[in-house]
Amino acid sequence: MIDHTKVAEIVVVGAGMVAHRFVESVLTRADSAVRITLIGDESRAPYDRVGLTSYFSGVAPEDLALAPDVFADDRVEFISNDRVIHIDRAARSVRTRSRREFRYDRLILATGSYAARVAVDGSDLPGCFVYRTLDDVQSMRRFVARRQAELGRTLRGAVIGGGLLGLEAAGALQALNIESTVVQASDRLMSAQLDFAGGSMLRQLIEAKGIAVRIQSRTTRLDPDDSGAVTALEFENGDFHRADVVVFTVGVRPRDELARGAQLSVHPRGGVLIDECCRTSDPAILAIGEVANFDGRCVGLVAPGYAMAEVAATLIVGGEATFPGFVESTKLKLSGVEVASFGDAFARTDRALDVVYSDPVAGVYKKLVLSDDAQTLLGGILVGDASAYGSLRPLIGAQLGTDPVAYLMPEGGVDAPSGQLPDEAVVCSCSNVTAGRIREAVHEEGCTDANAVKACTKAGATCGSCVLMVKKVVGQELTKLGQDVSHALCEHFDMSRRQLFDAVRVAELTTFSAIIERFGRGRGCDICKPALASILSVLVGDHVLDGENASLQDTNDHVMANMQKDGTYSVVPRMPGGEVTPAGLVTIGQIAQDFGLYTKLTGGQRIDMFGARLEQLPIIWQRLVDAGFESGQAYGKSLRTVKSCVGSTWCRFGVLDSVGMAVQLELRYRGLRAPHKLKIGVSGCARECAEARSKDVGVIATETGWNMYVGGNGGFTPRHAELLASDLSDEALVQAIDRFFMYYIRTADRLQRTASWCEELDGGIDGLRAVIFEDSLGICADLDAAMARHVDNYEDEWAATLRDPDKLARFRSFINAADVPDPSLAYVPTRGQLRPATAEERASNSVVIAGTTLAVRS
Amino acid sequence: MTLVTEQSTPVRVCAIDDLVVERGSAVLLGDVQIALFRLPDGAVHAVSNLDPYSGAHVMSRGIVGTRGDAQIVISPMHKQVFDLSTGECLDAQGKQLRHLAVWPVRRDGDDILLLPGPGATNTTEEH
Ligand code: SRM
Ligand SMILES: Cc1cc2nc3c(=O)[nH]c(=O)nc-3n(C[C@H](O)[C@H](O)[C@H](O)COP(=O)(O)OP(=O)(O)OC[C@H]3O[C@@H](n4cnc5c(N)ncnc54)[C@H](O)[C@@H]3O)c2cc1C
Ligand code: SF4
Ligand code: FES
Repeated sequence: MIDHTKVAEIVVVGAGMVAHRFVESVLTRADSAVRITLIGDESRAPYDRVGLTSYFSGVAPEDLALAPDVFADDRVEFISNDRVIHIDRAARSVRTRSRREFRYDRLILATGSYAARVAVDGSDLPGCFVYRTLDDVQSMRRFVARRQAELGRTLRGAVIGGGLLGLEAAGALQALNIESTVVQASDRLMSAQLDFAGGSMLRQLIEAKGIAVRIQSRTTRLDPDDSGAVTALEFENGDFHRADVVVFTVGVRPRDELARGAQLSVHPRGGVLIDECCRTSDPAILAIGEVANFDGRCVGLVAPGYAMAEVAATLIVGGEATFPGFVESTKLKLSGVEVASFGDAFARTDRALDVVYSDPVAGVYKKLVLSDDAQTLLGGILVGDASAYGSLRPLIGAQLGTDPVAYLMPEGGVDAPSGQLPDEAVVCSCSNVTAGRIREAVHEEGCTDANAVKACTKAGATCGSCVLMVKKVVGQELTKLGQDVSHALCEHFDMSRRQLFDAVRVAELTTFSAIIERFGRGRGCDICKPALASILSVLVGDHVLDGENASLQDTNDHVMANMQKDGTYSVVPRMPGGEVTPAGLVTIGQIAQDFGLYTKLTGGQRIDMFGARLEQLPIIWQRLVDAGFESGQAYGKSLRTVKSCVGSTWCRFGVLDSVGMAVQLELRYRGLRAPHKLKIGVSGCARECAEARSKDVGVIATETGWNMYVGGNGGFTPRHAELLASDLSDEALVQAIDRFFMYYIRTADRLQRTASWCEELDGGIDGLRAVIFEDSLGICADLDAAMARHVDNYEDEWAATLRDPDKLARFRSFINAADVPDPSLAYVPTRGQLRPATAEERASNSVVIAGTTLAVRS
Repeated sequence: MTLVTEQSTPVRVCAIDDLVVERGSAVLLGDVQIALFRLPDGAVHAVSNLDPYSGAHVMSRGIVGTRGDAQIVISPMHKQVFDLSTGECLDAQGKQLRHLAVWPVRRDGDDILLLPGPGATNTTEEH
């Protein structure tokens, strides 16, 4: 224990994830004076190693940094880029590479592990990498870019080691556009976590993703090409495999050399031996994280490391806590492939039973390991569908309470974990947060959503795999409190969107200021302002930039274009039904060429032009409007596109004119603002080439008229539209869509697509039918009138803007330099067009083109 | 808040009526981009136009509003929330906190003046 009369000197060696957690924990608990010196040999502050792979999907290194507030605390000194090379136990001091000495009362070893390479010839060749640090992934990315340019073809990559990390790395290679192969020495992938059946199923799933797998392949050497860089692997059986990039993920080795040098007890297979209080054989020295060996094992997961950090911090501040031992639960972080393994996955417990569900066609394998009475959950394996992981993991060691089979059924079958988790169940294993702790955060600390709970308890802050479970627990608790999950739009309005719509309509208010004064408070935000802009657009119908309306619009609606990642915009002219004349195509092509815009066909059957600067939008649109184009409202929560198939006009199967109908519908509903975007599809026969049933309204031709489907959705939660009515005439179809849309616009929540609105509708689809065709609510005349007003008032937003100098003034790039382009823009050519330069390309300064072609105002 | 120590002369950037209430405007001073906001109460605030989260110069294009008593602008890119008078980030959307530099705004009759040079931040973190 620390002598409370003087400042306790704590030195932490290694500035990784576990060290960071330790420092954070000590700072929040220490009530006596401490001074902490944190020494790390990487060139940066502690970062989220678990999230390392997200670097390849564009996450910047800075965004991986762990909470920096600990370094702002004046009790902490952080030294980066220096390595501790010696411990003098007698003098209680450490010495660093730069010859600095630090005295300690307590020394914490948190030096983590080394990533191992296979000890064969050539494993150090250029092009060979390990996968552990930000430096590793950055140099890998640089190498790949250079090598790709050198060889002028798609690169081939090999990942040696088919465990969790290896599969993650294979995904990362794929993200870099490299053909990747995973090479595994044993008989299956993830052999530490999966049994043979699970590993084989996983292999199928990985191969289906386009990643090749070689099992039972031992690499014996790596060969260089003429440039000296790696070019091939050779295997024990004489086989040969081409590879331009090789990543070793063959396991980790504890960095225990300091401890060995200081004659601390170390396990023969590596790792500094600790007791249950994290003390090493010298009680003044503690070891935590991957370097610590407890009970004969080191474990390469962050959760037990965090648990050790808490134990060590408790000890330092004079409390008592013990490390309960390792629970190994892991989930593969490779998009599109679900694998989880938890607890006693191999049924090593005496007389354990297992229950297995396997569906080779769907690529699903699930196994639960249970105690001999089939009551207590011991562990399990989930491959192909790991949706039950979040609810099962917290139950390890607890009674299942239901038939275990319920947990194994396909997703959506049975909602197994509907019951309550016991208080002691660990929901977030990264930060060891129990269901009870989350409940406390809701009841005693006033948290009302998963984000607040994250800030308060750290649940969900690391790997994120528990977030859905956290949400669920929070939801249950709020319901208990009678706060049935608030419908308030935001802090400025207590009403839901639907209530607000009615309130504004009845009060006949027409400005934001009047509405917020009467029904709300403050001056609004990014939630209520656009929602009111949409409501006012339907009820009043003014231009998006008229008067106060303009200040309510989301940035996209405000400039009538879609903001892109570098602050430029995309331009999408409307092409009703996907129909466009050759002359129209020429115009678009010419405009794109004159302004140096990147062009691409959208998923909505029209053309998108990217990279237009704010001050260019009016000149581009002037040319489009002159050529007869109108705004496509790709930016608004409004009608997007009406997708069509070619239909009876050309197609030998078509029974009705689907293009004609699509054009008619698109022209009718263009510009209609709604709680979320609206899409329609029209197919000329039941073959459904327009994929109409994935749209908010799907129209499909039959010999006897149109069938109308509603509530379809692609996107995040796909849903097929349901049949609302059949055999409609053109007029009946249009009237039914009018009513459907207006009823939705009046009653849906903010950002609720028709799919979830239909699902929640009182009376379901039958109720909807009664409203639309039998006028069961007596509102049809109202709905028809509202739509007629929309159709009558429609005016192209861009044409109107171009006529109005006040509106055009909004498109100055700078108020003091109206036509000067944003000087920070930079571009790189790719496949014959320009795209925004990445941060790295800007930094390397090699391939950058500043700004796009300058256009002359005509 | 630390004060700008560098001696520089204020530059006129626009007239008050060039600014739209509750909608930002960008200003270019040398290489520096600044976002100006005019609020309903007549106050004018100047913060960095660079969104520290996306790296794009877009703050002037965010929605303006309030959070509690604070006057705020919300990044149009990924919705981080900043206090217009201090530049402080009030909601990092789960990211690490990064703040906006702020510039003192001077009014001379109808003219809006800014001091060129780096803005001031009220914290030690990078922006
Ligand atoms: C451009 C385009 C991709 C492409 O290059 O093909 C696209 C691009 C965007 N989509 Fe999309 N979507 C595009 C077709 C689609 C489709 C396909 C379709 O319409 O047939 C879908 C699935 C169908 C559906 O909506 O159900 C689609 C489902 C989404 C979703 C998920 C919606 C959902 O309900 O889950 C979002 C996110 C959202 O809206 O909240 C989204 C959001 C976006 C945003 C707005 C993301 C953003 O905030 O920047 C992109 C902006 C476009 C831009 O900057 O110009 N996009 N998006 C397509 C434009 C079509 C058009 O001509 O207007
Ligand atoms: C790509 C990847 C994905 C992962 N995914 C997951 C996952 O999903 N779930 C999970 O639980 N775990 C995962 N892990 C493992 C997890 O990152 C580690 O368990 C965790 O980082 C261990 O923390 P640590 O602090 O013990 O070691 P580290 O984070 O390795 O930190 C040790 C630090 O000490 C430094 N150091 C070493 N010796 C010295 C010295 N003598 N002087 C100064 N500094 C020194 C090292 O350079 C390093 O910065 C993943 C790891 C990787 C690489
Ligand atoms: S849906 Fe029918 S009419 Fe339309 S293109 Fe396909 S086959 Fe032809
Ligand atoms: S389990 Fe990893 S963040 Fe909660």
